[in-house]
Amino acid sequence: MRSRRIFEAVIERALFLCAAGSILVTAGIVLVLLWETAAFLGEVPIREFLFGTVWTPLFYDKQFGVLPLVAGTLLASAIAMAVALPAGLLIAIYLSEYAPAPIRRTVRPVLEVLAGVPTVVYGYFALQFVTPLLQQIVPGLAGFNALSPGIVMGIMILPLVSSLSEDAMRSVPTGLREGAYALGATRMQTALRVVVPAAFSGISAATVLAMSRAVGETMIVAIAAGQQPRLTLDPRVPIETMTAYIVQVSLGDTPAGTLEYRTIFAVGMLLFLSTFALNLMSNWLRGRFRQEYA
Amino acid sequence: MHSPTETRGHASLRLLLIVTLSAAAVACGRGNEASGATAPAQVITIDGSSTVFPVIEAVAEEFQREHRGTRVTVGSSGTGGGFQKFCRGETDISNASRPIKATEIEACTKQGIEYVELPIGYDGIAIVVHPSNTWASAMTVADLKKLWEPSAQGRITRWSQIRPDWPDREIHLFGAGVDSGTFEYFTEAIAGKAGQSRGDYTSSEDDNVIVQGVSGGPDALGYFGYAYYEQNRDKLKLVAVDDGDDTNGAGAIRPSPETVANGTYRPLSRPVFVYARVSSMDRPEIRAFLDFLLDRGQPLVREVGYVALTPREQELVRRRYSERKTGSMFAGTDHAPMTLEQRLTR
Repeated sequence: MRSRRIFEAVIERALFLCAAGSILVTAGIVLVLLWETAAFLGEVPIREFLFGTVWTPLFYDKQFGVLPLVAGTLLASAIAMAVALPAGLLIAIYLSEYAPAPIRRTVRPVLEVLAGVPTVVYGYFALQFVTPLLQQIVPGLAGFNALSPGIVMGIMILPLVSSLSEDAMRSVPTGLREGAYALGATRMQTALRVVVPAAFSGISAATVLAMSRAVGETMIVAIAAGQQPRLTLDPRVPIETMTAYIVQVSLGDTPAGTLEYRTIFAVGMLLFLSTFALNLMSNWLRGRFRQEYA
Repeated sequence: MHSPTETRGHASLRLLLIVTLSAAAVACGRGNEASGATAPAQVITIDGSSTVFPVIEAVAEEFQREHRGTRVTVGSSGTGGGFQKFCRGETDISNASRPIKATEIEACTKQGIEYVELPIGYDGIAIVVHPSNTWASAMTVADLKKLWEPSAQGRITRWSQIRPDWPDREIHLFGAGVDSGTFEYFTEAIAGKAGQSRGDYTSSEDDNVIVQGVSGGPDALGYFGYAYYEQNRDKLKLVAVDDGDDTNGAGAIRPSPETVANGTYRPLSRPVFVYARVSSMDRPEIRAFLDFLLDRGQPLVREVGYVALTPREQELVRRRYSERKTGSMFAGTDHAPMTLEQRLTR
């Protein structure tokens, strides 16, 4: 009896340490980011960093305006969302409202395999396959561009949108659907006008989560989008995202402790804050618009 | 096959390893001395150009694999920094990506340091465009300067801005990463000072990215080490470069092993050297290392991305070494249009 209690206590401590460990690591990362970002902002005014339009910290004429990197990130993510959102929603509607059970049981796991493909594979898929294909359709598409990795990133986050949205739609009570049918609504009217609005909180949370995933995605854009920070919304030319910049500097020989080196922490901090804000928003949306169906 | 910059990237890691091992070896050495055993390890000290570093570092690695008792430490303080140490007598061998300067010769003479100048290969930079590019088959150094100097940033963005009869389309630029010797050399040769470059282009330490970028779109232009072009010649087109000086070959000249070696592909090709201290050459391990470098170094020169010496040049260099011919073959004639072979036989 006694030994069992001790064993329980040990297990409890061990589990607590595991949980505390992951929190400590997170806190450590945030602290390092804060520390290096503060050092960076001590040398570069925050106004110049946030609102400058030229990003050339490694070059002769050093400028620290992060907007080109932000624009690159937003452009690639927007393209990804333009692919993932409509396709993901349609898939979710089909799986939840139309597909017979056997099809749903097959399609869903197959789709989710997409999320499990290593992103480096996606990166080379974009660079070596999608870009040459698109170049035959889109005039003036450069070898590195935002379009191709954006589309591929959309494919990657597709299952995130479709699975989470499907879950939300399936949790809409059958009673609502039956009510719609009783009023003479067709299957499509029921799906679009009753089920989707009722599942809105879940769908928007899924969308924001997918957006956050796209903003933080690194490998695909580092490989296929180029490494040229520029303030543009043209998807055909090389760009650089925040994540790709961090990769570029980390791979080079930039000496630690220099201002150039600190730029990656400042950019990392900005990236962290944006994905963090998106995740918070996703959580908030889920709670805010949730309708209780008793 | 490694690209030069990749090798450079790994180099610092290897250097760290070497330093760590050296420290350990020194510690062991002390221990041995205390117990009154074995002779101290033989050390060859090398420093100098970061451009030459990957070659010498590769040679040093191979050499140490075969000569267990000898340690070779290779630094990369830059050509100038290397000569400073060399002329103070702190290093045995100095790597250089340019001939020794008059001021450095003076410093060495003052300290009574005599040296043998040994060319080991050529560093050449190729300007490449997409194979479908029909207009930019030749460019002048002035064109390149206009395109790549810092003030071009955000301003020179279309082909037609370089020459009015070129297409009015955006130009996509690719170039070496800022930590590479290629970047340093290109900016020095084109913009006039090392490190002076525009920043709004795709800069990568990985030459594959540049190959991908330039072969991926008709409006792209890029530069990298010439050897890398050789491996990708089916995907890229070379741009001939005109330095405006007809005494070293008239008009625009395309890089090739011949034009790089005979000095007509200017200003984007240059011989690279090691300078060996004569007094150090009395030590057998230094002679073993230099023999190794001259006999077996050329494949490594090619491997890290440079153009190897011709067999004739190799023979002349080896003769210069065995005769211990001191002084610089460039002294007083730095800018004369002479090939390395002519200089070696002078």
